[in-house]
Amino acid sequence: MADTIYALASAAGKAGVSVIRISGPDAKIAAERLAGNLPKARHAYLRKLIGENDLYLDEALVFFFEKGASFTGEIVVEFQTHGSIAIVQTILFELSKIDGLRLAEPGEFTKRALENNKLDLTQVEALSDLIEAETELQRRQALDILQGAFSDKIGIWRDKLVRACALLEAVLDFADEDVPTDVTPEVEGLLNSVVSDFKTELSSLKGRERIRSGFEVALIGAPNSGKSSLMNHLVGRDVAITSDIAGTTRDVIEVRLDIKGLPVTLLDTAGLREATDEVEKIGIDRAIQRAKNADMRIYLDAGDSPNFALSDDDIKIRSKVDALGGEGISSVTGEGVDCLLENIYDTLSKKLSNSGLSNRERHRMAIENGSVHINKALTLLESGPELYDIASEEIRLAHHDLAVLLGIIGVEDVLDVIFSSFCLGK
Amino acid sequence: MKQSDFDVVVVGGGHAGTEAAAAASRMGVRTALVTLRLQDLGVMSCNPAIGGLGKGHLVREIDAMDGIMGRIADQAGIQFRLLNRRKGPAVQGPRAQADRQLYRKAMLSELSKTQNLTIIEGEVVKFIGTSENIGGVVLSDGSEIRATATVLTTGTFLGGIVHIGDKSYPGGRMGDDPSNELSSVLRDMDLAKGRLKTGTPPRLDGRTIDWDQLEKQPGDDDPVVFSFMNDRPFAKQVSCAITHTNEKTHDVIRQNLDRSAMYGGHIDGIGPRYCPSIEDKIIRFSEKTSHQVFLEPEGLEDHTVYPNGISTSLPEDVQEDYVRSIVGLEDVDILQPGYAIEYDYVDPRSLDFKLSVINANGLFLAGQINGTTGYEEAAAQGLVAGLNAAAQALGHEYINFARSESYIGVMIDDLTIKGVSEPYRMFTSRAEFRLTLRADNADQRLTSKALEIGCVSDDRKAAFESKMTKLQSGRDILENQIFSPREVNDIGIKVSKDGAKRTALELLAFPNVDFEVLRPHRDEFKFLDQSVTDQITKESKYANYLKRQLRDVALLKKDEEVSFPSNFDFSSLPGLSNELKAKLISVKPTNLAQASRIEGMTPAALTLLLAKIRQSERLQAG
Repeated sequence: MADTIYALASAAGKAGVSVIRISGPDAKIAAERLAGNLPKARHAYLRKLIGENDLYLDEALVFFFEKGASFTGEIVVEFQTHGSIAIVQTILFELSKIDGLRLAEPGEFTKRALENNKLDLTQVEALSDLIEAETELQRRQALDILQGAFSDKIGIWRDKLVRACALLEAVLDFADEDVPTDVTPEVEGLLNSVVSDFKTELSSLKGRERIRSGFEVALIGAPNSGKSSLMNHLVGRDVAITSDIAGTTRDVIEVRLDIKGLPVTLLDTAGLREATDEVEKIGIDRAIQRAKNADMRIYLDAGDSPNFALSDDDIKIRSKVDALGGEGISSVTGEGVDCLLENIYDTLSKKLSNSGLSNRERHRMAIENGSVHINKALTLLESGPELYDIASEEIRLAHHDLAVLLGIIGVEDVLDVIFSSFCLGK
Repeated sequence: MKQSDFDVVVVGGGHAGTEAAAAASRMGVRTALVTLRLQDLGVMSCNPAIGGLGKGHLVREIDAMDGIMGRIADQAGIQFRLLNRRKGPAVQGPRAQADRQLYRKAMLSELSKTQNLTIIEGEVVKFIGTSENIGGVVLSDGSEIRATATVLTTGTFLGGIVHIGDKSYPGGRMGDDPSNELSSVLRDMDLAKGRLKTGTPPRLDGRTIDWDQLEKQPGDDDPVVFSFMNDRPFAKQVSCAITHTNEKTHDVIRQNLDRSAMYGGHIDGIGPRYCPSIEDKIIRFSEKTSHQVFLEPEGLEDHTVYPNGISTSLPEDVQEDYVRSIVGLEDVDILQPGYAIEYDYVDPRSLDFKLSVINANGLFLAGQINGTTGYEEAAAQGLVAGLNAAAQALGHEYINFARSESYIGVMIDDLTIKGVSEPYRMFTSRAEFRLTLRADNADQRLTSKALEIGCVSDDRKAAFESKMTKLQSGRDILENQIFSPREVNDIGIKVSKDGAKRTALELLAFPNVDFEVLRPHRDEFKFLDQSVTDQITKESKYANYLKRQLRDVALLKKDEEVSFPSNFDFSSLPGLSNELKAKLISVKPTNLAQASRIEGMTPAALTLLLAKIRQSERLQAG
């Protein structure tokens, strides 16, 4: 009774063709959702892939393999799509919405092939490469979490969810000892604060447009540091109003660019300064928020020092060198612009490993599934201690779903909190 | 020199030893039980209680395998309480205060009439055979007991040291010598060992307690007993009482802390966090001005009272001072001072799932020697070791308890795969399949397995089969009776107005729906036994979680079925980190599921292990 898994099966990044593989008992049903009826086994048909709300995804070659006659030995459907990251991401996202499907773990297709005796065992030695790849993936995953949108929240979420579980378990497992008999209010408080954080995270992770649009790169800098001019230079038409009056850009302006094949949305933001104008203030707040959520930031330095914390992936460059002199870029002469684009491309390509993209998807699903269980637990808690056993089960299921983000929460973690919070021991 | 031949010899007559001996005997093999003293069979050296949360589950499972602990506890129980009675059935645990004398008497009588079992008084000093291949034991009088399998259950007697204040002396239990000769034999064997500690409170003279001042804690009005073969307690029922420590108690302890064995630096062993001494409680939770103390009678004919909650290693005079500062105990006499005990345990990771020592053929270890605490944990291990020792002697297949089917399986897996860092005690939170592993369905989970193995008496077999038939016909009836939304509404059950018809079984899944509400509405329900409908109601409360748990169980089982060949070489795996290799070599998992629970294991590493298993299977096939 295995579940159905899917993932990008070809190398990640920009390529001519990408292969998305779905394997497991529900593979056929899931594939039909996107591609309509499937070809005969072992034949290839061209199909339009259509997502929810009739969203056109791509035209793809669709292969269908019957159970026992596929790479994994299970029912397998493969989509050969155009090799665009945006397309692949969108299709993976559509698959994630189908019940009973989940993103494959690294090496999971291979594992299933092995379980079903479908792998040539002379290849076994090559599996050690898989382990290395996994180690690299874990390193990146850890890095992603550390540098990503969650960095400072992971520990707090984890602590709250462990404590919520510990409180319930203390009541359940130490019923004849000196523990409170009703911990509902505290547990509710902990869970509510986590789900409300999750809601915020989801809205920033979820937007389909964002996934389709690929990367976001924010231009930031002091007022009048030449952000809008650079944007206009890159786009070749006036999209942002530029003038010499500081504070001209009051909202965030987006423009889509193709940088050597990478889909990039460039964000022109309001100049960062202490504004007195109310409208400008709002613009600046919004600029900071968007810049923080972007994949990378270009800080234009027109002789000031940034009052915005930059990460390792961000670029800081001197602007207006035509007027101010020195090394950097000029939107007037075009000096240094090609070099800047090259740098942006390099940085984004690095992020574009399979792990980077699917981690994001993994995190989104973790948060979404975890929220479902936490909400169920909250409903059960309304009945008080009598239903703690199943409320606790829901929290455990949430722990399980969130493990990719928060790490595995085991019984020892829960017991540690119980024993440090309550004086137990008859 | 005297010599005798057995199939299985069990060393030690505590809770692990008695259960192991009984289990092996039930399997029909010639079994010997060696104990220091006949009257110490089944002695309760710590608190006089059996069961509780997780522990009560273990007792039920032992009973479902036709073990003895549940039946003996029912005979000796003098106050029964079902813990978490008002919560879900999965977290309800039966517990009883036991009369020590009744317990020992019932145990002796049970074992004396057990077929195939010979009880021998004596002290084991060494093993017969080599340290890799053990063929029985030698007693201090030189007599030899030869056996295919030896089960060692020596509790805290290995390297045991008793501490009272700054006084300490070797001992396995108050008043008993430690097993030093056997200790040195084990020390010479190549086994990883560690040191643990535990403690007990002073025992009080009940005649000098002012009971009238104290809050009483009676047992349940309708006692729930342990054994599926019994329906009510045997002995007269009594109450416990509750009192509390106070600031004065705490002052006395704080002032004398340097005289405590634990705080005076005399003890290195690690104690359990869930059973701290009163010294620990006062230091670690200094903001608490009072701690509960349960006054538990040790028996109907015994004046001894066990004050649960104030175990200590302070000197005797301090013990008297602090005990007498407690309400109701102002004039109390101490019959035996509290003490701490340090002892050796064997790292259970050197055992396999049979509790057999990986590097010593024929030797099984069970109970506290494996780093656990508690009578129930010990007895459950005794059961596993006893059954497997007998299976070895008979040349039968080994008997494995899975995490997905029992708390016994959870414990064996935790011990042998993860090892222990403090004395291991069962909690319901350790069982990931808690909702399906309940005390109420232990027989449904395990008795069929026991019947297959062949360790069940005819009486129990008949009772079990009749119960299963009744349950199944009850389920069929409830599943076939369908209620319309309107009828449901008329009965007064609140369900979502989705217009769906529901079976009686589905209605029972709603919280707060009791079968008695439905009974009048169908003729078919009229004569259903309440015991049957109660059981079905308990099952149905978790119906919504069953599907997911079954799926998880199926996934686990799939990995459990992939076994490592016995000669599998964990040291020659390409690509694995040395750390992971070392762990695999020391734990020696028997199947893929166990390997997956080793700390630091990754999906890719598991894939590699699976590939290697397949490779060696093919090589062997041809």
